[in-house]
Amino acid sequence: MTHHQPKIDTSPKVSDEVRKTTCYMCACRCGINVHMKDGKVAYIEGNRDHPVNKGVLCAKGSAGIMQVNAPSRLRAPLKRVGPRGSGEFEEISWDEALQIAADWLEPIREENPEKLAFFTGRDQSQSFTSFWAQNFGTPNYAAHGGFCSVNMAAAGIYTMGGAFWEFGQPDWDHTKLFMLFGVAEDHDSNPIKIGIGKIKARGARVIGVNPIRSGYNAVADDWVGITPGTDGLFILSLIHELMKAGKIDLDYLARYTNAPVLVNGDEKSPDYGLFLRDEDGKPLVIDRKTGKLTAFDKPGVRPDLHATHRAAGVTHRPVMHLMAERYLDKQYAPEAVAERCGIKADKIRTIAAELARVAFDEAFELDHEWTDFRGEKHTKMMGRPVSFHSMRGVSAHSNGFQTCRALHVLQIILGTVEVPGGFRFKPPYPKPVSAHPKPHAKVTPGSPLNGPHLGFVQGPDDLVLKEDGSAGRIDKAFTWENPMSSHGLMHMVISNAHAGDPYKIDTLFMYMANMSWNSSMNTKGVMEMLTDTDENGDYVIPRIIYSDAYSSEMVAYSDLILPDTTYLERHDCISLLDRPICEADGAADAIRWPVIEPDRDVRGFQTVLVQLANKMKLPGFTNDDGSAKYEDYADYMVNHERRPGIGPLAGWRMGDKGLQHGRGAPNEGQLNSYIANGGFFVKHIPEAAAYYKPWSKEYQDWAVGMGIYDSPQPYIFDLYVETMRKFQLAAEGHGDRQPPDHLRERIKATMDPLPIWYAPFEDDNVDTAEFPVHALTQRPMAMYHSWGTQNAWLRQIHGRNPLYVPTKIWKANGFAEGDWASVTSAHGEIIVPVAHMAALNENTIWTWNAIGKRKGAWALGEDASEATKGFLLNHLIHELQPPKGDGLRWSNSDPITGQAAWFDLRVKVAKASAPPDVSQPAFDPIKSPVAKGPSELTWKVGK
Amino acid sequence: MTTLPESTTRKLGLVIDLDTCVGCHACVVSCKGWNTENYGAPLSDQNAYDGAGSGTFLNRVHSYEVQPLATSEMPHPAAQLIHFPKSCLHCEDAPCVTVCPTGASYKRVEDGIVLVNESDCIGCGLCAWACPYGARELDAAEGVMKKCTLCVDRIYNENLPEVDRAPACVRTCPAGARHFGDFADPESNVSKLTAERGGMDLMPEQETKPVNKYLPPRPKDQMDHAGDIDILAPFLEPVMEEPKGFLGWLDKALEKI
Repeated sequence: MTHHQPKIDTSPKVSDEVRKTTCYMCACRCGINVHMKDGKVAYIEGNRDHPVNKGVLCAKGSAGIMQVNAPSRLRAPLKRVGPRGSGEFEEISWDEALQIAADWLEPIREENPEKLAFFTGRDQSQSFTSFWAQNFGTPNYAAHGGFCSVNMAAAGIYTMGGAFWEFGQPDWDHTKLFMLFGVAEDHDSNPIKIGIGKIKARGARVIGVNPIRSGYNAVADDWVGITPGTDGLFILSLIHELMKAGKIDLDYLARYTNAPVLVNGDEKSPDYGLFLRDEDGKPLVIDRKTGKLTAFDKPGVRPDLHATHRAAGVTHRPVMHLMAERYLDKQYAPEAVAERCGIKADKIRTIAAELARVAFDEAFELDHEWTDFRGEKHTKMMGRPVSFHSMRGVSAHSNGFQTCRALHVLQIILGTVEVPGGFRFKPPYPKPVSAHPKPHAKVTPGSPLNGPHLGFVQGPDDLVLKEDGSAGRIDKAFTWENPMSSHGLMHMVISNAHAGDPYKIDTLFMYMANMSWNSSMNTKGVMEMLTDTDENGDYVIPRIIYSDAYSSEMVAYSDLILPDTTYLERHDCISLLDRPICEADGAADAIRWPVIEPDRDVRGFQTVLVQLANKMKLPGFTNDDGSAKYEDYADYMVNHERRPGIGPLAGWRMGDKGLQHGRGAPNEGQLNSYIANGGFFVKHIPEAAAYYKPWSKEYQDWAVGMGIYDSPQPYIFDLYVETMRKFQLAAEGHGDRQPPDHLRERIKATMDPLPIWYAPFEDDNVDTAEFPVHALTQRPMAMYHSWGTQNAWLRQIHGRNPLYVPTKIWKANGFAEGDWASVTSAHGEIIVPVAHMAALNENTIWTWNAIGKRKGAWALGEDASEATKGFLLNHLIHELQPPKGDGLRWSNSDPITGQAAWFDLRVKVAKASAPPDVSQPAFDPIKSPVAKGPSELTWKVGK
Repeated sequence: MTTLPESTTRKLGLVIDLDTCVGCHACVVSCKGWNTENYGAPLSDQNAYDGAGSGTFLNRVHSYEVQPLATSEMPHPAAQLIHFPKSCLHCEDAPCVTVCPTGASYKRVEDGIVLVNESDCIGCGLCAWACPYGARELDAAEGVMKKCTLCVDRIYNENLPEVDRAPACVRTCPAGARHFGDFADPESNVSKLTAERGGMDLMPEQETKPVNKYLPPRPKDQMDHAGDIDILAPFLEPVMEEPKGFLGWLDKALEKI
């Protein structure tokens, strides 16, 4: 046939209308353009103007169209009619659902609000849900941070007033060496991909530290296939090498950190190890110009890193001395750590040298004038183009807090935090511990809690303990077991409530947390706890209320289901009061709004909370005349004021002379302004305030104007965390508030005020010869937790999750493609399909997280690959450490923050002699409250 | 059998940077979304919510492990993982076109894009058999052959802002690993990138003259080179041997600030 070219229409109509809102296919919160045809969602793409994603969009975001048509979407409120776990429900009206909830909750509130445990999972509205819980009066509120990355967040805030991701980002445009540690591929995913793309386009170097060479580590120029749980030791070895070579930024350390602050050296003093302070309580340094003791922030002071102070026969030394003594020790030499870390000594040294070379030999200056908090004017900004990023991989260990601290200290000694080319905070960060609330837990029946639940303790006095010394909170946050647990311990709630330790509860109320499946350690045990009955035949956890948009595994284990909307059917605010979407160059927040209306009898969870609050007439939701303050969540977003002039949304507020940003009175047209602007608001930071934010007068003044602080809050970085020393002092016997004896030694050992490394607890709890292999999970970039599986497109990318086995273990077991392995921990066994992976630490196995599904959940067929070949590693991990014979329940968590120590896990691997038909353990199917989807999809909305 | 045009005015295609692709599948799903709603029949999905699920995709990312050979400088090179996105390469000598018995497959004269005229396609599958890259997929619901259109309904689309007139996969790629342009123009971004970074043909021995080019991964794990530490050693020259010596250095170093 000769060439025949038909005429085609190359300019077809794309859509009737574009509606701009915020994605929720993961926690990234990118801006999206939703193309509508005939009132339906036709196509989703990234919003080019949006500060987070700048137009790009990941696989999950583009697949949003398959989320809003997913057959798993719940259709109406549900009341359980069969036994818990059966999945037998009847649909009820919202009037009935709200009445049931109020009938359960009101008596609790009047008699003892602590009997309600309200935990909100992957909630993006925590400033609202915590406000609700506070007004209800229960001390038992948190979101999922405790089982996610609290170690990273808390270590960052305690060290330098912020951490990675929502707290800050590398200076992508200037950095020349980017080093990332243990990064979950779905945290901050589009910004990191954009950043790596920028770095790669410039030919700059990326070093990836991760036992697994996938994703970002696959494109890293250099890969460090570290042994899990040893990152802290590796980092301290880098610090050792850098200090030994004098490759540290002395000027930066003297000006902007507590390296020159004098530490009480009197071993007999109750203040031993605390800072010397003046009458105003300000930490003291020696002024290099005068040689005198001076407050660290006095105008003109030149803090001395070297000089000591001698008084009453005792020498008080600056933090810098203590660091030299600690980190120059040979125990941190590359040779001493190499075997344990699984990294050759030469490679550690090469990396240290490259960090030094780039930080100091490739330093540069920007001609930006700025003024520091001591009043000194600077004409330039010194750039040190080394930057770091890290997330969950290093956090989720029992030594994770100290490891994260070590990483922040490494950044600081190189002088790369808040400088050009280094790491930059995003508003409202930097924010020191002193500017955060402390935890509150004082319960008064019928009244609100005495303040916000979560916060940052500054010493033993801030712990949440009852008069008898027992835990005030159901999750035992802010107790001696984990004093600095700033995000709570969601992973301990069900276990503690079931054990009645510290007390029993009446109602468990949860949102968006799949606790009877992938969001819990010891999944089978949790199912048993949720269905366990007492001697009267009543459930040990009497009532469970759950809100989810989808038919997740947790639905079957609940008594009352409040069905949520999908993300395109709802109002939301991504608020500066919460986990905002700012960038280093500006403050930003955003909304979601209903770009489509639900076709089911469902309501946004936050609106349901408003309605429940109105029904119970909770104080913060009720006017003096008894009328409701807010009709729904959208009303709250616009009209709530946390402080006068400060509301959930910072853009387009009402000032004396019209609309203004930051502070201002509520504006009834605010949401329309957001929608007209693409669903978000951004206010850029002036050039003089772009860097050095913790110390910059220009930034501090700008932040006050924006309502981020009420007054300037300059501070210095805490290489040495005095708060931790206060807990050690208590453990040594000082002070009125004393830890129980069984925790004294652990507190002394782990709460070191300078970063240390200790082996993950699992290494001491199990026989490492019997369980020699580390086992990890990672989240794929194309799937967010359990949510993606119901998505017809995404499940074709990750529909099953083999256990990836490194060459050494593969060969030792004689594995072949198609084989199954038995994987055993001290706690349990799974039998699952294997696949070979060479680019992997030789003692580590891993799999993708949360791909495995229970039969009957998520509106999938019972033959779905997720339910037959997929599996969870969770079955191998217990929420408690193995019994120590003392009758105590020791949680499997970081002893400082309570972060769930998922990645401490050790296992043994063997070839399964008789491969099963489906991954083991397998559970009976649950009855689905929704119908199954079509077998074939030919989706096209604009026919 | 169908003839190819003797030449095309432009040669539109993609540069895919294998040094930068993190394997996130953003391009895969963005392509699926656009092309389900637009050109021709929707890209269907079978067993959408049961079994293993399988549907039509015009672009897929495959991941391959690579084990570099040992050298004297790197006796134990680490294995690498390469993410490899693959879609139609819009070949100059496209065997999928010449094999087509109905003329449904054709290469456009003006820009070289290879398309399927779905109304003439009988779903015989000869083109998929002829394509050495496995870049065509027969849609199980519609029974017609589907393939990358280079978003021919985006790149000229006057209903889109000019900045968005690019293939969906390029517009969405978070890492910026995909580039779109005219290879007939030596000054185009794609021609320049190909020249600078040694852009390669996929399976040149097949003599299909693919238009799309792949940028190879840069050399990796250079820090594992024996000898690198010698070059960097001066950066770690100790300022002292004992902790006390450090404090002496500190005092002197502070004098210089």
